[in-house]
Amino acid sequence: MQKESAVARPSAHLDADTLRQMYWIMLLSRRTDERAWVLHRQGKIAFHISAMGHEACQVGMAFAIQRGVDYVNPYYRDLALVMALGVTPAQFMVSLFGKVGEYSSGGRQMPSHFGYRPANIISGSAPVATQVPQAAGLAFAIKYRQQMGLVDANDATQPRLALTCLGEGSTSQGEWHEGMNWAGVHKLPFICMVQNNEYAISVPIEAQMAVSNVADRAAAYGVTGVVVDGNDVLAVYDVAKAAVERAYTGGGATLIEAKTYRLTPHSSDDDDRTYRSREEVETWKKKDPILRFQNYLLENSIMTQAELDDADARAKSIVDAAQAEAESTPYPAPEFALGAVYAEEN
Amino acid sequence: MADKNTPMREALRMALMEEMERDERVFVMGQEVGAWDGTHKVTRGFLEKFGARRVRDTPISEMAIGGAAVGAAMAGLRPVAEIMTINFAFLAFDALINHAAKVHYMFNGQFKCPMVMRVASGWGNQATATHSHTPEMIFAHFPGMYVAAPSNARDAKGMLKAAIRDDNPVLFSESIALYPKPAVVPDDPDFLLPIGKSDLKREGQHVTLVAWARGVEWALQAADTLAKEGVQCEVIDLRWLRPLDTALVFESFKKTNRCVVIEEALPHFGVGAEIAAQIQDNLFDYMDAPIKRVNAMDVPLPYAAELEMLALPNAQKVVDAVREVL
Repeated sequence: MQKESAVARPSAHLDADTLRQMYWIMLLSRRTDERAWVLHRQGKIAFHISAMGHEACQVGMAFAIQRGVDYVNPYYRDLALVMALGVTPAQFMVSLFGKVGEYSSGGRQMPSHFGYRPANIISGSAPVATQVPQAAGLAFAIKYRQQMGLVDANDATQPRLALTCLGEGSTSQGEWHEGMNWAGVHKLPFICMVQNNEYAISVPIEAQMAVSNVADRAAAYGVTGVVVDGNDVLAVYDVAKAAVERAYTGGGATLIEAKTYRLTPHSSDDDDRTYRSREEVETWKKKDPILRFQNYLLENSIMTQAELDDADARAKSIVDAAQAEAESTPYPAPEFALGAVYAEEN
Repeated sequence: MADKNTPMREALRMALMEEMERDERVFVMGQEVGAWDGTHKVTRGFLEKFGARRVRDTPISEMAIGGAAVGAAMAGLRPVAEIMTINFAFLAFDALINHAAKVHYMFNGQFKCPMVMRVASGWGNQATATHSHTPEMIFAHFPGMYVAAPSNARDAKGMLKAAIRDDNPVLFSESIALYPKPAVVPDDPDFLLPIGKSDLKREGQHVTLVAWARGVEWALQAADTLAKEGVQCEVIDLRWLRPLDTALVFESFKKTNRCVVIEEALPHFGVGAEIAAQIQDNLFDYMDAPIKRVNAMDVPLPYAAELEMLALPNAQKVVDAVREVL
């Protein structure tokens, strides 16, 4: 396992506009996410699964890749990640309601099973970790096309890596092992970011694995493994940037383990009070990645408190508008259930 | 070059080679496809001809073979993945069923998944229960993925080429017992058989025999035997379990009013059950006898040769079933 180098931090080269943009995505994701919980508790939507607490690792990762071009196989908790890739609060709201024109599937797919071709986001299935071999397949295709001369390896308008995310709980699956091994054997332009929030729904990490870090397993696949503070957006960006350069330059795959914590239950279907103490949750709330980044932005005079307040008001009004749009959108016509099963039925 | 008598494994090899020559996006991957020429020698000489980039020996890793094929297909390639036997495809079930079959629908057409998963299938080599399944109907249960099951070398070539060129995922089942069996195979590199079209193998007016893959051989043998007694069997080869083409079956049943379905697979919830259900639903007024099924016996397959043969269908079992419906 390779430890993060503190010497040359790629994040030191991020300009103020980019830093504000990163903060904006984290904030917008949080406010959208909070509204989804409210809508669920009001009985207006069937299901929500939250990114709250994970925004830093997702946004730090997203900003390191060629956004909208590189392939991304997210998992259900990646709301901030897909927002960084271009999914809007209005699109997400429509997906919660399953309304007409829903961006990922037209209302056929569950919310948070993100799929969005314009941003090269690939939808996953419900069993966890199954996206990992597929992301390895996408990375395989990238390398195949480059080696066959079908694309130029330096053409930034073409996908040059595949990124996939999952929770640490999903690394107990066979698919994860097979996908990582595949990426290692074929030395693929592949990044796997494990968002370790210490619980596989209710099962704590010590009941999931006998190693201290998921990234310790990287050695077994012959890939680079890195552990990073997943609540520090810039630290994540640093390791992500190194992984991206490795992928773009033929250096092979990287396993990034971002240590974080979810601030909500696993999904709208469970109650985390049965398996996590309130004291533990409160401790992590103090480490909220959005508060941490706010402090950084204030301390470094990148944003003022007034600008932070203004951003918050703006995010809330965007979420209000998104909800209103989703609620006023009609449901799909019944016949929509029947189409597009096969490729000729577009 | 001319059309010639060719074993099915060689016909499949021709199909794959022609499609790889035609389209650089087509590549093969799987266990033993390269240096060992494929478990069933369908990719003999491919590694030498196409190189390791397009002929990928993979880890023993069915989930990854399935998943990576889905990923590569969504990225615009046309993978032809091989899983050594259909029994091992159970390990790739999520990739095939939850992804390949659903990508187009769940993405509302944003992505296609033009992959072919080749699998060897069937019983009769004393390979026992966990090596010898014929579970194609499980895969055919799910909308979104086509399932091909050719009964002869000629069809195998035309169907595999059509599968590779199609934009939908295809599970392509190759009956192990049929690999060495020859038929006259066209050498036309554009010889394609349409997806989802059944085939009339033999005309007759007394009973309709519906079969697929290896079952077709037993149906034709039974038809020969019964013809000597003056019973004329019409034999229909389904070729594809999805899309399932019942047009010829219905046309035939209107004439014969009797049907026997023959398949190597187990009976429960099988193709025979589906055909019987569709006939009674659509042609109830034409029915003169119960629809019979000839299947393997409803047990896991035993190892001992005699027991294995006892459990399998054969032509005599077809003859007996026909006599019951006449």
